[in-house]
Amino acid sequence: MSVITEKLELFEVFIRSKRGLDHKHVGSLHAEDHEQALEYARDCYTRRSEGVSIWVVKSSDICASQEDDADSFYDPNDDKPYRHATYYVLPDPVNNM
Amino acid sequence: MTPEEQNFMRKIEAEEKIEPKDWMPEQYRKNLIRQISQHAHSEVIGMQPEGNYITRAPSLRRKAVLISKVQDEAGHGLYLYSAAETLGISRSEMIEQLQSGKAKYSSIFNYPVLTWADVAAIGWLVDGAAIVNQVSLQRTSYGPYSRGMIRICKEESFHQRQGYEAMLSLAKGSPEQKAMAQDALNRFYWPALMMFGPHDSESAHSQKSMEWKIKRETNDDLRQKFVDQTVKQIEVLGLDHPDKAIKWNEERGHYDSSDLNWDEFWSVINGNGHCNRQRVEHHIAAHDEGEWVRDAITAYNEKKRAKKAQQAA
Repeated sequence: MSVITEKLELFEVFIRSKRGLDHKHVGSLHAEDHEQALEYARDCYTRRSEGVSIWVVKSSDICASQEDDADSFYDPNDDKPYRHATYYVLPDPVNNM
Repeated sequence: MTPEEQNFMRKIEAEEKIEPKDWMPEQYRKNLIRQISQHAHSEVIGMQPEGNYITRAPSLRRKAVLISKVQDEAGHGLYLYSAAETLGISRSEMIEQLQSGKAKYSSIFNYPVLTWADVAAIGWLVDGAAIVNQVSLQRTSYGPYSRGMIRICKEESFHQRQGYEAMLSLAKGSPEQKAMAQDALNRFYWPALMMFGPHDSESAHSQKSMEWKIKRETNDDLRQKFVDQTVKQIEVLGLDHPDKAIKWNEERGHYDSSDLNWDEFWSVINGNGHCNRQRVEHHIAAHDEGEWVRDAITAYNEKKRAKKAQQAA
């Protein structure tokens, strides 16, 4: 049995729920091309007015960091607590800055 | 009004954001490009006075903090240039406008930074004033600018706090250190107030920008906010307020203060501050000296592409 999805590209779908907000990843789908992916995304992911704008991106075009790399990727930040506002202890009367 | 203009104004009035692919009046686009690129240039030029002090910061801790802050400023410049690019101007056009003097940056960076206390005062007062402005701009009508501001505000709060902390150490230190802190406050207080721009009545771009909600609060209102919040901060430091006329006005619910030296303001804006030429010259030199890095990146990418093409063949 031929599975149609194997012949179709995988797309990641991003939806902007409201003007002014970021597009947020909501899921993925198979489609022939960008136009079709956009239509499918509309039919599938915005049936209840979830969005005002959709982005579709080929999954193969996404370059992602690897879970296993997290240590070397993010670790160095652990010894830089001074990047956080809470690191600086200020007298109470001016502590709201 | 055309239907497009009506639709645009309807969004503005309903507090909806304008996004890059929406129709917008040409002047709205122009005002935004001017404001956002000026903001980006300020972040980038602002790295110069602080960068100068990384080797001279008084302890390893202060150096590490300063490096982090300068790193953040570079990042903020990037967010803002990218936001401006969504409006159809290229990065190189913006850099060209900065270097030719066509585009401005915050005039505060044209004041010389003479001592370590100045660096502390910059974190506290200059970043403090910038935050007042940026908090207000989180509600700007242009989506990418608004999102950039939200991100920047989140990162910026440490900048002001580290500056105030450094100031506090000096103010509570030896008499010489305290005098240094007072001197820095005296010199940076006024230019920090000028960061909010001219009086509303003198501001060329303000009215339209307010109408379009690019700006959400007027220069004078934002400046008043900063004046009000700074009084207590000076008191806690135990320093003298540089404005002898500062006085609580019960009726207004705000502090009354002296008017600023507007001749100085316009003179610095128009290129005659202490450091105007030096800042732009340094930017041009750094840009030119970085040419080989950009060339190397291009050459490496070409090499990689050729290698990939060979493998595919």
